Amino acid sequence: MKFGVVVFPGSNCDHDCFHVATHVMGHEARFLWHKDTDIGDVDCLILPGGFSYGDYLRSGAMAACSPIMDSVKKFADAGGLVIGICNGFQILVEARMLPGVLIRNDSLKFICKDIHLRIENTETPFTNACRPGQVLRIPIAHHDGNYYADKKEISRLLKKGQILFRYCSPEGDVEDDTNPNGSLEAVAGITNEKGNVCGMMPHPERCAEDLLGNQDGIKIFESIIKAIDERK
Amino acid sequence: MQAKVFVTLKNGVHDPQGETVSHTLKSMGYDEVGDIRIGKYIEVELKGADGEAAKARLTEMCEKLLANTVIESYRIEL
Repeated sequence: MKFGVVVFPGSNCDHDCFHVATHVMGHEARFLWHKDTDIGDVDCLILPGGFSYGDYLRSGAMAACSPIMDSVKKFADAGGLVIGICNGFQILVEARMLPGVLIRNDSLKFICKDIHLRIENTETPFTNACRPGQVLRIPIAHHDGNYYADKKEISRLLKKGQILFRYCSPEGDVEDDTNPNGSLEAVAGITNEKGNVCGMMPHPERCAEDLLGNQDGIKIFESIIKAIDERK
Repeated sequence: MQAKVFVTLKNGVHDPQGETVSHTLKSMGYDEVGDIRIGKYIEVELKGADGEAAKARLTEMCEKLLANTVIESYRIEL
């Protein structure tokens, strides 16, 4: 399968995503510049982490208006898989491809550390290689990861199983002190209603190989590849 | 002409920045301080002099980029 990694000015996890897709998972990948409008025949688009446009105005706001985003939307509307990681998640909410917003962490601090995530729904292209309730240890590195949506939206997300990942303890318990940034419902990642667009604040591409001492992130890539294989 | 755009958080949206500033002011002895909400003030230089048309265009700019209407409201002054 083919991954497409979208590069915005200020993206800095693009090469990590490319590396995992190709060298670790053994699949094809290509970089797509934010000014491109033709995304070619990719099976899954990755919007990587970073600081697109210096996080000016609001994180992800300017990138969401990039020329490539019309093609990303069309690709998603046609059922293509899109995953936004960290800044990529911020771009997807700013582009209204995912509900809600990501505001400043409640501590007002940039947080860079390993956290634990509980898999809330395994019936999605991004989590199908996980066990229900499985706990993954994955790093976060963000300033604006505090998920917010109004009550109506939150109850819709809960009802439709769109919350994929919740911050939790190593044992899988979701408590106030296991929520690093103040996200409502301890949301660390969600999908759109159709289930083909995912946004997550943690960085699975930073922990997908043995060499790095943690391979938990590989589950997300395995899931995507499994989902694409099943489609073919 | 110059337009002024004020972007503010909607009611009910948590503002950790505002809360911290309010705390600090209180700890400095300004006991009269209550809630603080922090927003953005944007100056936009515009070509042309047609106020109505400018306002319509600015509204579009706010909806598309300057504000995130999920959590923010905006007010335009010409």
